[in-house]
Amino acid sequence: MSSGSDDLKDLYQEVVLEHSKRPRNFRVVEGANREAAGHNPLCGDQLSVTMKVEGDVIRDIGFQGQGCAISRASASLMTGAVKDKSKAEAEALFELVHKLVTEGPESVDVEALGKMAVLSGVSEFPARVKCASLAWHTMRAALEGRDEAVSTE
Amino acid sequence: MSAFDVQRVREDFPLLRQEVRGRPLVYLDSAATAQKPQAVIDAIVRFYEHDNANVHRGVHVLSERATEAYEGARETVREFINARDAREIVFVRGTTEAINLVAQTYGRKNVGPGDEVLITHMEHHANIVPWRMLCEQTGATLRVIPVDDRGELVLDAVDALLTEKTRILAVTHVSNALGTVNPVKELTRKAHAKGIPVLVDGAQSVTHFPVDVQDLGCDFYAFSGHKMFGPTGIGVLYGRLERLESMPPYQGGGDMILSVTMEKITYNRVPHRFEAGTPNLEGAVGLAAAIRYLRGLGMGAIAEHDRALMAYGTQVLESVPGLRLVGTAREKAGVLSFVLEDIHPHDVGTILDREGICIRTGHHCAQPVMQHFKVPATARASLALYNTREDVDALVRGLHKVREVFG
Repeated sequence: MSSGSDDLKDLYQEVVLEHSKRPRNFRVVEGANREAAGHNPLCGDQLSVTMKVEGDVIRDIGFQGQGCAISRASASLMTGAVKDKSKAEAEALFELVHKLVTEGPESVDVEALGKMAVLSGVSEFPARVKCASLAWHTMRAALEGRDEAVSTE
Repeated sequence: MSAFDVQRVREDFPLLRQEVRGRPLVYLDSAATAQKPQAVIDAIVRFYEHDNANVHRGVHVLSERATEAYEGARETVREFINARDAREIVFVRGTTEAINLVAQTYGRKNVGPGDEVLITHMEHHANIVPWRMLCEQTGATLRVIPVDDRGELVLDAVDALLTEKTRILAVTHVSNALGTVNPVKELTRKAHAKGIPVLVDGAQSVTHFPVDVQDLGCDFYAFSGHKMFGPTGIGVLYGRLERLESMPPYQGGGDMILSVTMEKITYNRVPHRFEAGTPNLEGAVGLAAAIRYLRGLGMGAIAEHDRALMAYGTQVLESVPGLRLVGTAREKAGVLSFVLEDIHPHDVGTILDREGICIRTGHHCAQPVMQHFKVPATARASLALYNTREDVDALVRGLHKVREVFG
């Protein structure tokens, strides 16, 4: 069994902290044709995702909002990961990330995750899974054109 | 016990004698729910082992004993808050149900279109939502007493907000999110001068200092068992007898009636009129044991311990770089709420948890007050009679660790 400190280092990896401090694509996408809002009523985290989708491809994506280091880093990494991907590719990545944060790094093909693999430590912190997945749920809602607010509850 | 001996008090709480995450447990979340002394645990076990039966209806010896224990608990609660009459004590599930009961009985009977219900900006959702629901049901308007930057009520605004349209003032005694102790006696005096009844949410107060409902003069006082070292699922609505007697029943069912025919129902007397169905017997027994435990320590001594620990906690927390206390009222009890610069409270909570320190992070079911302070959430350390300076020191060490992780 790993000690508390090792778990913490896995959770707050340098890349995670860096993305949380300087989130990428922290903006409203100009000329966006898809958007959705997500919130976690348990912590009050709120974020919005805007996208420009052309045909089947996410040409641009941005997010805004407030949240903890995990939710900000996850949102920042997510925008980088799904840009220029097709809808199906984004969905597939979502499934992988969800499996990673709930079941741990052994359960998925880490190579296929790319940078998102830095979220592997979340699986040791069940209370933080929702933080990591909020941006993804919101992205999916925007992609599907659902306009009701997404909630992790 | 002559002086308050916190080390001896700690020995009364079996849960505190454990390690979590490989470290001694530091429990600083009693405002969410408090731990239970052995005396409470034993009282519940004893009740199940010897006296358990339904109340008020059996003719057998166990039912007599259970009835005696349940009604005895009512008398224990009466004494604890100095109510005039045990009939003024209604057992409910908790503070939330107590407030809903008043909103749906007193409120539905006395509040109509154009009327106003007055609350404050620092209420817990339990003292906002039932009134908002009542306003939606009746066409009344919800008005709010503002809060200043220290986290104190703006008392200058109160006189203007208490109008001939106001039907009830509902205010918390101690804010669960800020620790502010509100001047409920003064507020009650102001409201009564205009003939307006007052409900006080006492969920966070009864564990920290003595409460005397006659001295406060309020019409209703609501609190929960589990926050005062008793069981969950039991709580109290105190109501002045004349108020309770003028109120229609709440839920319908067994024991709240005197007779039922298909044509006519005669409701039971107060307080049984408000206690439909089989009550939480072991809850009442456990709550009475918790009150006896508190009285044994002395509420005055407990208040003194709380004051000293709050002063110490405030001082050492303010020494943590980048820390800002949210809620700096001159009168506070039990709660130290704060934010760390550039670090979200949830990250603070997770890192402290790995150090064996339990605090609460989030909006504490008090979103309007978070909005007032322009924070999405806070980290909240809440203190109880079993907490020590060492617990607070561990918190400060943990916060330095948080800053380390975030570089």
